[in-house]
Amino acid sequence: MVPLSWYMLLSLAVFTIGVFGFLTRRNIILMFMSIELMLNAVNINLIAISHYMQDLRGQILALFIIAVAAAEAAIGLAIVIALFRNKATAHVDEVQELKG
Amino acid sequence: MKLYVLIPFLPLAAFIINILLGKEVLRNKAHWPSCLAIIGSFIISVITLFDVINGRVINEDLYTWIISGKFQVSIGFLVDQLTAVMLIVVTCVGSLIHIYSIGYMHGDKGYYRFFAYMSLFVFFMLMLVMANNFLLLYVGWEGVGLCSYFLIGFWYEKRAAADAGKKAFIVNRFGDFGFALGIFMIFLTFGTIHYAPVFSEVKNFVGHTVNFLGFEVDLITLIALLLFCGAVGKSAQIPLHVWLPDAMEGPTPVSALIHAATMVTAGVFMVARCNAIFSLSPDAMIVVAIVGAITSLLAATIACVQNDIKRIIAYSTLSHLGMMFIACGVGAYAAGVFHLYTHAFFKALLFLAAGSVIHAVVHNDIQRMGGLKKYMPITYAVMFIGALSAGGIPGLAGFFSKDEIIWSAFASHSEVGKFVWIMLTAVAFFTPFYSFRMIFLTFHGKFRGTHHEEHHLHESPNVMTIPLMILAAGAIAAGWAGIPSVLGGGAHFAHFLEPVVGHPEFHGTHAQEFGVMGLSTTIALIGLVIAFVFYIRKTDIPVMLARKFKFFYVVLFNKYFVDELYNLIIIKPTFWIARKFLVGFTDAKIIEGIVNGVPKAIGVFSNKLRRVHTGIVHHYGIFMAAGAFFIILYVLLWR
Amino acid sequence: MILELFFAYFAFAIIVLSIVVITRRNPVHSVLWMLLLFFHIASVYLFLNAEFMAAVQLIVYAGGIMVLFLFVVLLVHIKEEIKISKFIGAWSAGFTFAAALFVVVALSLRSFVVAPPGKYTIELIQQETHTKALGKLLYTEFLFPFEIAALILTVAIVGALVLAKRRLKS
Repeated sequence: MVPLSWYMLLSLAVFTIGVFGFLTRRNIILMFMSIELMLNAVNINLIAISHYMQDLRGQILALFIIAVAAAEAAIGLAIVIALFRNKATAHVDEVQELKG
Repeated sequence: MKLYVLIPFLPLAAFIINILLGKEVLRNKAHWPSCLAIIGSFIISVITLFDVINGRVINEDLYTWIISGKFQVSIGFLVDQLTAVMLIVVTCVGSLIHIYSIGYMHGDKGYYRFFAYMSLFVFFMLMLVMANNFLLLYVGWEGVGLCSYFLIGFWYEKRAAADAGKKAFIVNRFGDFGFALGIFMIFLTFGTIHYAPVFSEVKNFVGHTVNFLGFEVDLITLIALLLFCGAVGKSAQIPLHVWLPDAMEGPTPVSALIHAATMVTAGVFMVARCNAIFSLSPDAMIVVAIVGAITSLLAATIACVQNDIKRIIAYSTLSHLGMMFIACGVGAYAAGVFHLYTHAFFKALLFLAAGSVIHAVVHNDIQRMGGLKKYMPITYAVMFIGALSAGGIPGLAGFFSKDEIIWSAFASHSEVGKFVWIMLTAVAFFTPFYSFRMIFLTFHGKFRGTHHEEHHLHESPNVMTIPLMILAAGAIAAGWAGIPSVLGGGAHFAHFLEPVVGHPEFHGTHAQEFGVMGLSTTIALIGLVIAFVFYIRKTDIPVMLARKFKFFYVVLFNKYFVDELYNLIIIKPTFWIARKFLVGFTDAKIIEGIVNGVPKAIGVFSNKLRRVHTGIVHHYGIFMAAGAFFIILYVLLWR
Repeated sequence: MILELFFAYFAFAIIVLSIVVITRRNPVHSVLWMLLLFFHIASVYLFLNAEFMAAVQLIVYAGGIMVLFLFVVLLVHIKEEIKISKFIGAWSAGFTFAAALFVVVALSLRSFVVAPPGKYTIELIQQETHTKALGKLLYTEFLFPFEIAALILTVAIVGALVLAKRRLKS
């Protein structure tokens, strides 16, 4: 039997890689993919805990996360298209109109 | 069905209807809701009166209003004998004045506003008299003050009216401050502000003292005097009497309703209501009697030389209010309330009749009137009755109540009883004198105004004269409810009120009572005859007297210079402090310094902070990650 | 022992694939590697007795979201992308904070305590089938959040349409 903490460490590793990708990639599409990585890491964690706690509610939560991820991806990619149409770039560091 | 609950709320409904719909929908029909409401209240009041006569006293909490720790107040009504009398006075006189106003205010552009305020006033007045605790009394108390302010300044385009409204409001603040302190003291002492427990427990506190402003004073005396402060303001007694004559700038029905019949008598009502407190403090009783006596005499003397018809009646009102306080001060609360009740009729009558005169001649100066008898016979007749009644001529309402007060003062155990009796006898001379001076100057002799004005003279319409006639009947007959036993009557009024105000102990024989009565009546008749001689037979005597005693005349004509004195010692220093200190230093340096300094500091700080906003998404992401890191670190290390 | 070996393989593959995904210069490659990553994650779900979740992972993520990503990537110029550097200048700061986050969370894992187990034992789920057990819970206790999720998805679709469509008249 694999201990729960292994799953949690795996989840943490994937999450950290997602964070790193989000913080460093210039391409907005890759940033979105990093977010998907983080969400998947959370899902792994939730389902593992659900399994070890013998409680299905964790998986329900994971299901909702997938639904929200789908919604987020749809909106996010629409924003990418709008951005690309207006600025002709997918590089986030070239877009800084919000500067204070 | 608790019918009596409708008494205050019908006028409130009328107010809401009028204030919402009056301007656009009702327009010159705005009197309908108000008049119907108050007549409805009157009918229910009569039913309630019969209930009370049959011994059904109501003391009921309808709704718990405030609960805060030990402090509990409910909206509750107490309808006992005293309240029943007040209900009849307010709704009966109020109904007649409302009907009269239809004619008097006809065509005014604030017609709906007038009736809306009148209804609101009646609502608050009824709440005041029906309250079963001090806070609800205070609500009504302030509410009638507010409506008084609205209605004095009703013609707000006129500067004098607006100023008079403000003056009434501000002067009343002085009294109400004391009144509020009195209610606080009652709560501190008794832990409740409902009448029934306060009045039943007050006797346990006799002899207790309390530290007030560094002096050890008798607790009950302190409470009584603080409450009396409020009464002094509301009932315009010396030294806070200055607002009432100025309040005559309002429409005449307002003067009749608020400044003669109802609101100004609230002070007397309150003292009578709190008789359990006042009776236990001889010192406070002496103060009440002395203040009443001084006010009564000074106001009566001032009234003798005034030329404004409404101000004469206003000073007469002050004088009569003083008499009511004398009655309360010597322990004859029933006599005070009896006078309140008859006074409401004859004084409302005098005011409305004066209004009828003003309606015809369009100004207030009696020196420019005269000979109106043949133009307005009904007004003349009713005003004559009113003056007879006010002057205490035997057989009319005013005689019985005034006589009872004079006799109470003479016969009471009070230390100052004889002193106030002498003052009252002097007042008994002045009252018919100034009343008939006003009548003779207004209605007799030749008209002294312009031709144009003479052409305009006419009797008022029926809607005004019929209420006058009903009030005249009241001014004759209202006193018959309390004919003293010495004259063969049953003194029903005093017996009726006995459960509430108790029975004063007098020492005196029937012979003495006849003697006192005969003396005051003789003096009153002398006053009447002197007025007749001065202003009809030998009209040069007053002028000669005024010239000979110029000093007295000037002092009286300027109302003892009280307004000027207040101007010098209160208003001027206040303005000086406001200009020099508050505007120059507090406002310019401190307040504006804070107001301008805070935004400036925020601006400087945010200019530094805006550097953080680079507009690059990654930077925000790094801030977020750093934030998460530090929060987890904090939880990990220090939790 | 077999289970541990399998877990070791999948864990290793997932971590390596994650790193590969975020370091590709060409976004198309990233998306394709990510597809492979999702298959591995779905396999992990199977180890955890969550067949339905594994199926959803494949259908929604691999089948839906990744295809969407692929479409969008193809709309963007890739030629230029290949020439410039893929990370921002200050990538070391991002690395530092990501690593710091890893360390503190890993340290905090030690204090994690599992609550007493609930009623959904492996036997119960196998007897009732996973999908049925999940569905029962979803349509009873979580019906209201489920409806809200539906609403969110509807809003997302409408929002995506509004954002992505061309201006009819500029």
